[in-house]
Amino acid sequence: MVGLHKSEFKNPVINWIDTRMPVFTMMQKEYGSFPTPKNFNYFWNFGALAMVNLVLMIATGVFLAMNYAPNSAIAFDSVEHIMRDVNWGWLIRYAHMNGASMFFIVVYVHLFRGLYYGSYKTPRELLWMLGVVILLLMMATAFMGYVLPWGQMSYWGATVITNLFSAIPLVGKSIVTWLWGGFAVGNPTLNRFFSLHYLLPFVIVGVVFLHVVALHITGSNNPLGIEVKSPQDTIPFHPYYTIKDSVGICVFFIVLAALVFFAPNFFASPDNYIPANPLQTPAEIVPEWYFLPFYAILRSVPNKLGGVVMMFGAIAVLFVLPWLDTSPVRSARFRPIYRQLFWLLVVSVFALGAVGAHRPQGIWVVIGRLATLYYFLHFLVILPILGKLERPLPLPESISRPVLGGGPMPGGSTAKPMEKA
Amino acid sequence: MADTAAHSSPSGAGHSHAGHGPGDGATKRDFLKMVAGAGALVGAGAIAWPLIDSMNPSQDVLALSSVEVNLAPIPEGSGITILWQGKPIFVRHRTAAEIKAAEDVKLGELIDPQTDADRVKPGHAQWIVLIGICTHLGCIPLGNKPTDPRGEWGGWFCPCHGSQYDTSGRVRHGPAPLNLYLPPYAFENDTKIKIG
Ligand code: HEM
Ligand code: FES
Repeated sequence: MVGLHKSEFKNPVINWIDTRMPVFTMMQKEYGSFPTPKNFNYFWNFGALAMVNLVLMIATGVFLAMNYAPNSAIAFDSVEHIMRDVNWGWLIRYAHMNGASMFFIVVYVHLFRGLYYGSYKTPRELLWMLGVVILLLMMATAFMGYVLPWGQMSYWGATVITNLFSAIPLVGKSIVTWLWGGFAVGNPTLNRFFSLHYLLPFVIVGVVFLHVVALHITGSNNPLGIEVKSPQDTIPFHPYYTIKDSVGICVFFIVLAALVFFAPNFFASPDNYIPANPLQTPAEIVPEWYFLPFYAILRSVPNKLGGVVMMFGAIAVLFVLPWLDTSPVRSARFRPIYRQLFWLLVVSVFALGAVGAHRPQGIWVVIGRLATLYYFLHFLVILPILGKLERPLPLPESISRPVLGGGPMPGGSTAKPMEKA
Repeated sequence: MADTAAHSSPSGAGHSHAGHGPGDGATKRDFLKMVAGAGALVGAGAIAWPLIDSMNPSQDVLALSSVEVNLAPIPEGSGITILWQGKPIFVRHRTAAEIKAAEDVKLGELIDPQTDADRVKPGHAQWIVLIGICTHLGCIPLGNKPTDPRGEWGGWFCPCHGSQYDTSGRVRHGPAPLNLYLPPYAFENDTKIKIG
């Protein structure tokens, strides 16, 4: 594979570079003419939105790091210094803070889109698993980022979450001491969390790259969940989906701006504006909203190790989901029973979120246990069995058919898909 | 022997050499590959260890500092919190009723069975000294002040996930699995202890 690339670009400079390093040809192929199913709905915006959001987090983060001091004696004050003294510091920090919440909203919608339309099914298993890896990395990054301002929630959130590892038999305590670099969360912990908080987003960039590589081998799924059968089923990515994604990106920035300018602390806990105090636990420790469902699962199990295992298990089941769901039909549109159970899953995840935000008492304990039970039943029991029992609706013959108004046709119809020049 | 020579031919063509069937079994080259691979692994481990161990507590953190606590100002029925090695230590002056409650419990009722006598110094049953970290996920339980919530067993109550401890610091209600830990300490005289 040695030899110059035959570039088709007219511009002599681009042509010169492309001949020696065909990145322009690659971009043209992967993002220009890339054949994409023509029936995407707006849920297919969320991958692009996640990418934009990642860039936003890295850009704002790099500038925050120019004024932030990762030392437990001054970390809290340095964040207040960013907020009050640094030019536009408040904007950069609020964009980073609310950007993290937006990131999770976008990625959760992206993920549930995948669940609804069966995007995890063969041949996209690896693509899906890489997505779960990205989710895990995001969670680690956001958790460590939340520790950096060194408020009460930072400190006690870090204490509770790192202590999860003490549930591991035998080596648990040594692991926690190792994570802390001391006998409690302290300055060494803050230092390493800052180092890793800076590093992990770039690891995410790497895994996102692999995610996209895998996507461009299998091609995108679509709302009908059926394969692309002919070129008539597709349109080039540019300009059709670059434009459609741009619409979503505008909405994304409007929502972000609304948060940053009108409700910058909407998702924030007031306790985190109190400096960390290792001698006093706040009356109630609540994690960031995007961790609430998992926190609820942790607390719904009355056994320490059991709770931790179930909490990580909630993500582990996503990892093996492609093999748990036995139905060959992807889109929930053609799975009448799965479609209802999908919404039941959504309800139970929201219920878990509410449970995570309340003291584990009375009715909340019951709701938490029921929702936890359904979450695991859904993936581990129902999906494997349902694929065998459910009778799917007839699938359309091709993507073009319903898009062009034909609707699902009985098999053996003689009508030909409309021909396009 | 001829076969072995073919395998070690530097051109590498030996691999596709006619006569090298799948049934040949282990060769000297396989052995060398394994030894080289294992050596590289040990080397990588040796390089990784200093990096991993650098994350463990550093020498200044490890230097076992000790603190002395004057018990005289602590009124009966209440306790104080002091910092030792970055950890909160509870020192509580128990009332006669609290001591009796702690001693009268049947071991069979306990989640993590231990007698009260094993948790205090002989002759100093009115003083209980504990590491004030909930054994569930590390919050600091409430209960040193008489006005704090102390839970059903009158000891400590953890606000994070609702664990409760008795007046001996033993867990009586989960999710915490273990009793509050005891720090190493000794009485210097009747009103002074040294922790560490
Ligand atoms: C995956 C991308 C990222 C996520 C999800 C994320 C998340 C977070 C979160 C949740 C906070 C706490 C905000 C607060 O409550 O104050 C934070 C703080 C911070 N992050 Fe990030 N971050 C990301 C990328 C980065 C990058 C790439 C950098 C640096 C190059 C960075 C630097 C900082 C700094 C310095 C702070 C402390 C200042 C502050 O608390 O506002 N972040 N991050
Ligand atoms: S940390 Fe005390 S009950 Fe969870």
